[in-house]
Amino acid sequence: MSFIEYLFLFGGMGLVTYIPRWLPLYYLAHRKLPKWLIDWLSMIPVAILCALLAPILFTDQTTRSLELGKPEFLVAIPTLLFAVKTKSLGGTVLVGMGLYWLSGFLPV
Amino acid sequence: MERQSTEQSKMHPDNQLWFKDGAMASWPICFGYIPIGLALGVLANQAEIPIWAVAMMSIMVFAGSAQFICVAMLAAGASIWAIIFTTFVVNLRHFLMSSAVVVHLAGLNRIFLSFFAYGITDESFAVNMTHFRKGNWDHKRAITVNQLANMAWLLATVSGALIGQFIPTGAFGTDYALTAMFLALLLFQLHNAVYVLTGLTALGIATAWYIYIPGDSYIIGSSVIAATIGYFFKQYRDRHK
Repeated sequence: MSFIEYLFLFGGMGLVTYIPRWLPLYYLAHRKLPKWLIDWLSMIPVAILCALLAPILFTDQTTRSLELGKPEFLVAIPTLLFAVKTKSLGGTVLVGMGLYWLSGFLPV
Repeated sequence: MERQSTEQSKMHPDNQLWFKDGAMASWPICFGYIPIGLALGVLANQAEIPIWAVAMMSIMVFAGSAQFICVAMLAAGASIWAIIFTTFVVNLRHFLMSSAVVVHLAGLNRIFLSFFAYGITDESFAVNMTHFRKGNWDHKRAITVNQLANMAWLLATVSGALIGQFIPTGAFGTDYALTAMFLALLLFQLHNAVYVLTGLTALGIATAWYIYIPGDSYIIGSSVIAATIGYFFKQYRDRHK
């Protein structure tokens, strides 16, 4: 592909990615939001994080089928416990990585 | 912007430290981006996408999952329009994130907001929301997180295209870095039973949706449904307190 074709492709992708990121910020930041909307939006972070995590923890992502007890899920349990105890984001990342790395050596 | 910064300086006498605070908050993201960015670079290299195009994509699009899909679709010979449309669908979820973060950026000037919008990703959103919620956060710290993550992403993807094939994948559990980060951030968001119920609902719906419905609609679909159910949990709880 030529430079112009790449420019067109990435320009298009960039535009359709940017607009949903930009519209709410641009139009809602100077408006008084109703209480129900603020309450509803306060649920969004938890809901999105769980939606992003669910396939990683509970499914085989190549076949898109249920898979319970996969290493990603088993490692998540001590990782979460560490996060509860320490409240440390960086520490939790390192512990999670370490445990996941070690889980690769377990005979399964 | 003025209102926000006076509020902030009251809370935060060390307002000069915004860059340091932002950098400290962003390192788990930057770290987590390394293995993913390298992997993307390697795939792009295999698909014979030139390095300058990899850099261009990371700057112009800055969205991990869409970039992976783009590389795969290019390799499969998909049309430019099909790739752009798929990108749109996959990245619509940022609309929800932008709407949720706006509560903490109220009244800021529109030029700043337009720059800020560029850096809203799953990761920067989750990190910034956690800090905003704690209270010791402001727009400067938040955009520092966005932009440092952006730089890490650019460096990682370009490095992947350059030298990625020489680096073993998944070394030291780096593949799990972002998952662990999401887990910790999720935990920090669970302020009371309503949030726990919302999270469990989202996990259940997202799992089923992901298995039965192809594509990426599960992210937006299950988030919206779970947030709505969570909203009613909250109404119920507020009434029966």
